[in-house]
Amino acid sequence: MSTPGQASPAETLGSGGAAAVDPPEARTLLRGMCLIRAFESRVKQLSDLGELTAATHLSIGHEATIVGACRPLSPSDYVTGSHRSHGHLIAKGSPIGPLMAELFGRDNGVCSGMGGSMHLADTSVGCLGESAIVGGSVPIAVGAAFSAVYRDSGQVALAFFGDGAIGEGVVHESLNYAAVWKLPVIFLCENNGYLVSVRTTDVVAAKHLADFGRPYGIPAVTVDGQDVIAVRDAVQRAVERARDDGGPTFIEALTYRFEEHAYGLASPDYRSAEEVEHWRTTRDPITLFRAYCAERGLLTNAEADEIARDCERQVDEAVVFAGAGQDPSMETARFAMFAPASWPPGGRRAT
Amino acid sequence: MEQDPSVFLFGEDLRANVFGTSPGFAARFGDMRVRDIPLSEAGAVGLAVGAAMTGLRPILDLTISSFLYCAADQLISHLAKARFVHGGQYVLPVVVRTACFYSGSNGAQHSDRPYPMFAGVPGLKIVVPSNALDAYLLLKASIEEDNPVLFFEDVTLRGVRGRVEVTDEDLASRATLGEAKVVEAGDDVLVIAIGGGVAIGRQVRELLAAEQVSVEVLDLRTVSPLDRDLICSEAARIGRVVVVDPAHEQCSVASEVAALLVEEIFDSLQAPVRRVCTPNIHPPFNRALERQLYPSRDGVLRAARSVLGSRSDREP
Repeated sequence: MSTPGQASPAETLGSGGAAAVDPPEARTLLRGMCLIRAFESRVKQLSDLGELTAATHLSIGHEATIVGACRPLSPSDYVTGSHRSHGHLIAKGSPIGPLMAELFGRDNGVCSGMGGSMHLADTSVGCLGESAIVGGSVPIAVGAAFSAVYRDSGQVALAFFGDGAIGEGVVHESLNYAAVWKLPVIFLCENNGYLVSVRTTDVVAAKHLADFGRPYGIPAVTVDGQDVIAVRDAVQRAVERARDDGGPTFIEALTYRFEEHAYGLASPDYRSAEEVEHWRTTRDPITLFRAYCAERGLLTNAEADEIARDCERQVDEAVVFAGAGQDPSMETARFAMFAPASWPPGGRRAT
Repeated sequence: MEQDPSVFLFGEDLRANVFGTSPGFAARFGDMRVRDIPLSEAGAVGLAVGAAMTGLRPILDLTISSFLYCAADQLISHLAKARFVHGGQYVLPVVVRTACFYSGSNGAQHSDRPYPMFAGVPGLKIVVPSNALDAYLLLKASIEEDNPVLFFEDVTLRGVRGRVEVTDEDLASRATLGEAKVVEAGDDVLVIAIGGGVAIGRQVRELLAAEQVSVEVLDLRTVSPLDRDLICSEAARIGRVVVVDPAHEQCSVASEVAALLVEEIFDSLQAPVRRVCTPNIHPPFNRALERQLYPSRDGVLRAARSVLGSRSDREP
């Protein structure tokens, strides 16, 4: 059973003519996915315990899409994203201690406790900012891509957005800007099939969301978002085209959200328990990739287990780090409001 | 733009210089730095945010100020808040330049003066110059500013001649965003004005001078931040205040100034503060009717007489 409107999932990973995956690459991809899973699972746990009280939008189920999308990017390449944000930062290499601390609103958080779960950013790894306004960060990625061209820096920008964002006019404006100015930007749509409780196919006038790239002349492809290799390879091709002045690419990754829209949000029956169970048991991106690795002798089960345990340990440390933080001061809020007049031109910038 | 290669200009109808804001720029600065855009204002503001986050200093020209509404989400939730929600990780040197085309029989949708609306959004600096020299100095200061600036130009002032030769003294005194200026000194009535209201204040000053009433005119220059100190000190010294603001009266800049004075210097006021704004009626297309709405010399004169009326030595 697949989500309505989604293509049948590929039977095997990397079926789209995957580049070779060697053991170090397999470790990297698995570690990335496990770290997101461990982080998000801990967020669930901390929410259940009442320690985390604000809304969180978990990426459990989306790990292959996120890790596959970030793998071909350099640290200096730009990423923007959405309210479902944690994974984007983790996959781009942002240290998870300050990320966890931000979820607690602490002063040692990556945004000094000013942004929280939905507004993460870490310019040191090119993460310009997640936006909780659906589609809102997409033109920002286009602006960063323009900046890269302007400065002739060779950087690319990747905009993560969900299927819901395709209904926002600014996303279409962004596609048009990127196309007419031929900008090095990758539009990466995490299509999990639902806008909170509404089936994407019920409210979007296209069979595949990738179809929206085509009227703008943007090369567009739909890939299995549970297949980390397929996503990685599609993004790799897009990055190469972007760096080669070939302009933007639209990639639709078909994925699924294993949890509710926001963790703890009581949702009425908009999808069946069977559907969720089907995805969890047969389309879990980590399980699929582990099987792929075991089959090809890339990683033993024991090695994969050790990677997962190591990620758990990193998350333990992140929680300890977060616990050492304090409430930020009003002075921090004032600093965040406006750059001080003494701010040096060319001061701390994402470049 | 000559001094800093990271400054670029993009917006509507710039290469052909339709609205007079970019004469010869396309030829002078080239295709990369002077760009026309599709009519996608929200995308343009987002693009400016992304460019500013990554080291550029965009100037976005959105021509007519009601077009800002098309980009409201990007202006409010992104341009104004991005630095804040991300804990001050970057600077956002963005200037959005736009003009208030009122009093020209352009109909309600093209005639707004929406700077007070955006002044309700923390995180934006808002400039409304009243003369040619200030337009230059404040625009320069806005481009040099490391925070987002909305720069509103009052089109009733286009065609008004003013000094534009910039002296060394002008440059040395550098316009600072957030500093108001006493443009005409006086002692009996204080007219606090913004944009096109400043010229009206000056006219009223001349008229009342014949009656031995001395009017001081204070040009706000920036709406956000407001120069609270200068406003309060001059108002406390003079005690009789008229605030002139071409925006709609409700929640206008004049309202904010009046509230500030009531809170801070109530005991020094010798008469109620009077606002002269536009009543809460949309600008009609009909020219005669439209012109009745905006602050006028007669309206400000009436308000000035009203605040003077309660002065014991000037009973009518």
